[in-house]
Order: sequence, then structure tokens, then C-alpha cells
Amino acid sequence: MSEPTHSTLLQPVKDVGIAGYGAYVPQYRLPASEVRRIWKDGAGGVPIQEKAVAGLDEDVVTMSVEAARNAMSRAEINPHLIRAVWVGSESHPYAVKPTSTIVAEAIGATPSTQAADWEFACKAGTEALQAAIGFVGSGMAPYAMAIGMDIAQGRPGDALEYTAAAGGAAFLLGPAGESLARIEASYSYTTDTPDFWRRAYQKYPEHAERFTGEPAYFHHIYTAGKTLMEEMDRTPEDYRHVVVHQPNQKFPMRIAKSLGFSADQYTTGLLSPRIGNVYAGSAMIGLTAILDSAEPGDRILLISYGSGAGSDALSLVATKALPERREKAPSTEDYIARRIEIDYATYARYRGKLALT
Amino acid sequence: MKPLPNDIMILGVGMTAVAEHWERSLRDLALEAILEARHSAPTILPDALYVANMLAGSLSGQTHLAALIADNAALQGVEAVTVEAAGASGGLAFRQALMAIASGQLDSALVVGVEKCSERVTAEVEAALATSEDADYEAIHGLTNAAQAALIMQRYLKEYDAPADALSIFPVTAHANGEHNPLAMFQRAIAPERYAKAGMISNPLNMYDAAPLADGAAAILLARSDAVAEEFTLPRVRVRASAAATDALAVHDRDNPLVFHAAARATAAALQQAGLTHDDIDFFELHDRFSIFAALSLEAAGFVPQGAGWKSTGDGALPILTMGGSKARGDTGGATGLYQLVEATLQLQGLAGDAQVEGATIGMTQCLGGAAATAVTHILERV
Amino acid sequence: MEISRHWRLKHQRYALQGEICPHCDKKIFPPRDLCPHCGEDARTAYAFSGRGEVYSYTRVNQAPAGFEEQAPYTVALVRLEEGPMVTAQLTDVQDDQIEIGMPVEMVTRRLASDGERGVLLYGYKFRPILGTAA
Repeated sequence: MSEPTHSTLLQPVKDVGIAGYGAYVPQYRLPASEVRRIWKDGAGGVPIQEKAVAGLDEDVVTMSVEAARNAMSRAEINPHLIRAVWVGSESHPYAVKPTSTIVAEAIGATPSTQAADWEFACKAGTEALQAAIGFVGSGMAPYAMAIGMDIAQGRPGDALEYTAAAGGAAFLLGPAGESLARIEASYSYTTDTPDFWRRAYQKYPEHAERFTGEPAYFHHIYTAGKTLMEEMDRTPEDYRHVVVHQPNQKFPMRIAKSLGFSADQYTTGLLSPRIGNVYAGSAMIGLTAILDSAEPGDRILLISYGSGAGSDALSLVATKALPERREKAPSTEDYIARRIEIDYATYARYRGKLALT
Repeated sequence: MKPLPNDIMILGVGMTAVAEHWERSLRDLALEAILEARHSAPTILPDALYVANMLAGSLSGQTHLAALIADNAALQGVEAVTVEAAGASGGLAFRQALMAIASGQLDSALVVGVEKCSERVTAEVEAALATSEDADYEAIHGLTNAAQAALIMQRYLKEYDAPADALSIFPVTAHANGEHNPLAMFQRAIAPERYAKAGMISNPLNMYDAAPLADGAAAILLARSDAVAEEFTLPRVRVRASAAATDALAVHDRDNPLVFHAAARATAAALQQAGLTHDDIDFFELHDRFSIFAALSLEAAGFVPQGAGWKSTGDGALPILTMGGSKARGDTGGATGLYQLVEATLQLQGLAGDAQVEGATIGMTQCLGGAAATAVTHILERV
Repeated sequence: MEISRHWRLKHQRYALQGEICPHCDKKIFPPRDLCPHCGEDARTAYAFSGRGEVYSYTRVNQAPAGFEEQAPYTVALVRLEEGPMVTAQLTDVQDDQIEIGMPVEMVTRRLASDGERGVLLYGYKFRPILGTAA
């Protein structure tokens, strides 16, 4: 059989855009130096400055509800027009009973809506986003909500404990004509690559150390970004902003540079030094930070990465409607600037690492 | 309200010490109080038994308590009913007995309040007590009875510009009087300076602002005076007034959370029923489960103006908590209302020993359910 | 495990859904079908904004069963800007920042969980107003 001739780009029949967006980051911060103090006796370097930690009464449901409400404030549409509420996460509170049903109820989207939880490690949020583009772009739904949110867990003492953080973002997709940012096209690149995983019933994930770099993170982001730009006949110079999955400070800077982007383009969306790796929300919350300051006409490239492995690449353009409507909800910086520093003991209590029974 | 028949007498009273009675059960305690109450009028077989209790179901796995108590007290076959209105159960049970006799349906009745608060660990007792709040809109937020009172106290102190130790007069008074009550849980005065150093339960409410909950039983035998035997030699005490009222259960549903509307209604109705004024009352057994409740009870009853409850001591002030109140005697949940009535009876009979209020002939009692969502007021008179 | 009681209350708990009295115009929370102010029928749905101010507060040190893992926590009486008052925990606020009269906004948080295996309970709490947005 000969190779198919259909484009590998994902483009719906109707133009889709971001009708509203919202971020959420909890207020607590654990300095990386605290993890180092406990586990390395204070010696060695740290991959970020500090990470966001969720409080005792927070989880992926509560954080998603707030991010979704912020998106609704910016979209200003009747929630009964939403036909899908999809939450992507590695830390859904229930293994069976979708986070999405609770979020949908809380924002008033029920009952005539689809709801489901998504999982693809750190790109579960953009998974939901890709599907939402299709749902709206096919004409099936006037609006669809895609959320990437996590309360990431790292095994105590493991390298990931420095960076595994809490936070994420919600995007309400709707018709491009009324949107804050038009989605031009997207692309998904997937392989079976076991760089990082968690078996059912295990509390903490495993990772393959240095294998998580070149064959996993770098290869997938690079290929997805390169392919999207080639298929669209674009170069890095066409983009004002780029945001990629950010597990730490160094990786996103390195991959952005190797794709041909400069610091001027990736700095706005680079949040990991100050909040850590928010897993399924990582690239998405970088995008909300960009949308908080983008000018109409700015072109934005987003490339997520999820272990297992895969990358979603999206090309977007900010519209004239953005500057006014983005003022209708707290900005990403409003959440990041809200910080209460905690120590390792408080973090251990909040993250359920103390055995109470 | 219609006046009560003037011949309904308290013929016998009984009460156990208030303590953590590890070795005594609900039945044991109730029986002791019942036997003591019946002792002064042994020929009277009560026509009905009214049992006041609030926690037996949640702490001891025992509902349908009145039938159990009746049988255990060898009152086989007697009509028996359990009355529950949180901390007002005792007053309400007494009121039900009173109304049944007043109606002519009964000639006599035995009322017993019994409670065992020591049956479970603190967190479980707190959860059980919280069921007397609005379950869907108060208790579900982790509101304890103490926190509910603390919310009122916090606002009260600010609203009336009262100092942090404004309410200390209540525990200090309670303990000073409790010293003379051999059945009280605490029989030692407390120095006022200790109040400022007390540990916080739910700020600003500290350890001295909250009555301890413990075990006990108190009982009263009521009958029409024509049932009184020749040999009955004790001074006679009759019920002059009885009234009850409710307020919104949740504190947040009240127009003014700093006013105990149910207590105001019940007291006004009782005074009106009795044809008495505030000046006629010789002492007031108010419900001091929390010190803020004491202040608000005095204000609601009209003995002091609104916002002045915390200033109401000193010479010439109305005697309150004459045998220790809930703070020193110990609070016995649904039985508290009966303890108040028994103590008031002893005062009026001149049998209060070193706790005696000299020359007392008319006494008022009032017990509260929750944050005064139910208030039951009685006026007793020495005949 | 209590299921249906909490399920019945989810609109009140998630979104402060109340009622408005068509006779006297008072806003009612929680919904109760009979207006507590004028006594008339009141079944028209009304969604509260979530904004209010602290009427009183207290920090609970002695928690009831089911709340021990959260202790200590702060419970408050919050006067909603539309009139009714609610009892709720305050969250995302330090003790020394709390004042009677401070403006607060509603957030949806986890109220409690029914052990390791039971249903999670979500509902309203209040926090100081976040951010610069209206």
C-alpha cells in the first residue's frame, strides 16, 4: 500500500479560537533549597528556585474549577453552551469518577455536556485541547473547555521532588471570530517511549534518568515543532512567543534555542523557575502568561511534552479582542506573585507524605 | 399565655454528682436520681416518665431511652417519652410533664435528665455535639459548638468595645459558688487573673469560657398538691411559669446574631404568665455553657440592657449560677435543665447549704439548646 | 457513607445557588422555598456573586471527628454582599491578616473526605480578594 497523502497537520473545517483562558497556581512555595537541605545536606545545585505547593483543601478538582471560572470570566458566554469539559491530569482525585463531571457541575455547564478525564503524563492538558479543537471545529460544539492541571508528586528524596509542583490552566475554545487568539493549526507526534511512568496503585512515578532527555523530551518537542513549522511553511522568526513543556529551567531554554528561538521569544512563557513543573498544566500555563501580555497579531507557538511519549504543537495568533477581555480575571502573575514560603515539614504535611493511619 | 394552675408542686428532687462516671452507665445514673427524687414522696407512682437526653444515640448507641429508663427503675408499663432539644432538653422535658399535669391528663409525673458525655474521645463528642447545629450549613464546615459560640463572642467584644477579659466574671462567679456545692465537678474558686492566661479553644473563647461536659442525672417528681401526702414535710415549691421559644437554628440565619431572641421571648412570656416583674426574681439559673451565653442570657431576659451583660456583677447584682452553673457544676447536656431546676428548688427550700441565697422565694431557670435556638424558661416559687 | 444528602446540596455548595423572593425582593441563601422575611412562596433561583465581608471569625483548635487532619482551621461568618450570611471556613489567609469587615470572595475547595475510600466533599470557602481584576 502506498503512503497516505493527507496532511499530518490537524486543521478543523471551522476556524477555532480561544474564547477564554484562566490560570491557577496555589499560594504556597517550597524553595528548592529546602529539598536540598533535607536530602543533600545542603550540597549541590538546584534545578529551579522554588515550586508551588497546593494547600490542604486543594486538589485538581478545586484548582480546575478556579481556572475554568477565570476562563469563563474572560469568555463571557452562557455556560449552557459548553458541550465538553475535559480535564487532563496525572493526579485526578478519583481513579474512577471524572474530575470533569465536578468541574462541569461547578461552572454550570451540566447537564448537556460531554465530560471526561484525560491522561498522557505532562501533556494530558493539550490532549484535551486537541480534542476540543476538533469538537468545536467540526461544528459539533459551540464551545468546549480543555483544562490541564496537576498536583504533581515526586518520591521524597528523588530528583523530581525539587520540581514536581501544583498548578495549571483552562482554555475555553469557541469560534475563531469572537476569540482572544485564533488557532491556525496543530500537530501531534506520538511514539511508544518509556521515559517516565507510574504503574496502577503506585503512589510515586518512576523515571529513566538521562533517558528522559535526548530520546524523550528533546526528540519529541523538536520533531513536533519542526514538523508543524515545515507543514505551515513557517520559520521561528514568524513567532513572537514560544512556550514549551517546562520540567525545569534548563530544558525549555535548550530546546527553544535548538529550534531557533531566542530568549526574547521564550522568556514570557518560562515560569518553571518560580513555580516548578506543573505537569499537565506546564505548557498551558506558560501560554496564559503569554496571553496576559501578547499584542494583537502576535503569533505564538506552543509545544507540550508528555512522557510515554508525545508532543502536541499548536500555532496561534492573538486577536484584537485580547487586550480588553484579558482584564476580566486575575492574571497568571497575580497567582505567581501570591506566595507564602513553607518549609519541608509543612510541605510533607500538605502533600500527605506523613502517615496518619 | 394562660396562667398555670397554681397547685403543681415539686415533691421530690434528686441529682448525682457531676463527674466522669467511668463505672456508671446511663441506667445507673438515672436510677440514682430517680430513687432520690421519689424518696420524699414514696407513695406516689408517677403517671408518666419524661426523659431528657441529647447524646445517648450518638455516643452510647442508645435511642428509645425513656422506655429503657422506665423499665430499669421498676416503673413497668408507665408511659414514657424521651425529649430532645439539645441543651434545652431538660427544661423542655419538665415543661412537657407540667403541661400534661396542667391539662388534667396526668396527676403526677417523673422527669429525669441523664447524660454521659465521657463515653467517647473528644473529637467524636465534638462531632456528636455539632449535630445540634445546622448539619448542612454549619457543622459541615467543621464548626464545633465552641466555635459557634466563639463567632458570637468575637463579634460581641468588638461591637461593644469590651476588653478581652470582659466575660471572665461568669466563670469566676460560677467557681466561687461551685465551691459550696458538694456535687459540683469543680469545687474551687478561680482567680480572675488566670483568665488571661488560659489556653484558647477557639479564639477568643478560652478554657474558662467553656463549661466542661461530663456525666450526671437529675430528677424531679411533679404532682398536683392534692397528691401530696400528710407526711410530706419539705417546704413546698410550685411552678409559677413555664415558657419555651425557638430562634433560627443557624447563627448566620439570625437578623442579629448578638441577640438571643428565643431566650427573650421565653423569659418575657414566663414573666407575663406569672404576673411578675424582673425585680421579683431572687436568683437566675441561666445556662452558662459558654460565658458569652451567660452575658446574652442576662441581656435577653431583660435584666441588663443589650451589650451590657458583661458589666453585670458587683453588689446588688442578681445572683446567678448559685451552685456553680454549668462552668463549675459541670454541663450535663440534656440533663442540665433538670440540674438547674433541682438547684433552684433546693434554694427555695432553704436547703442549699453554704450556697444558699438568703431569703429566696422566687427563682428563674433557663436552659438553651445550641446557640439558644431553643430557650426554655421556668419560674419556681416557694409556697 | 453519606451520599445523597451532599449530592442534593451540590448547587448550593459549588455555586452559592439561592433564591430571590418575588414578593419582597430579598435574596435568600440557602434556598428554602418559603421566604423567611415575608413568609411568601419564593422559588426563583438566584446566583450569588460570592463576594462578601467577614462578620466574625474564630480559629478552631479542638476539631470534631472528620476534621482533625485539617486543624487548626478558621471558621467565619461571612455577610454576602447581597444580604444573607453564611458560615464557612476562611482559606489562603494568615491569621494575623484576618479582620472583621475584610472583603472576601468565594472559592470552591475540598471541605472533607469520607476516609480513604469514600466520596470527596467540595464546597464554598472564602479568601481575601485575589488579583487586580474587577
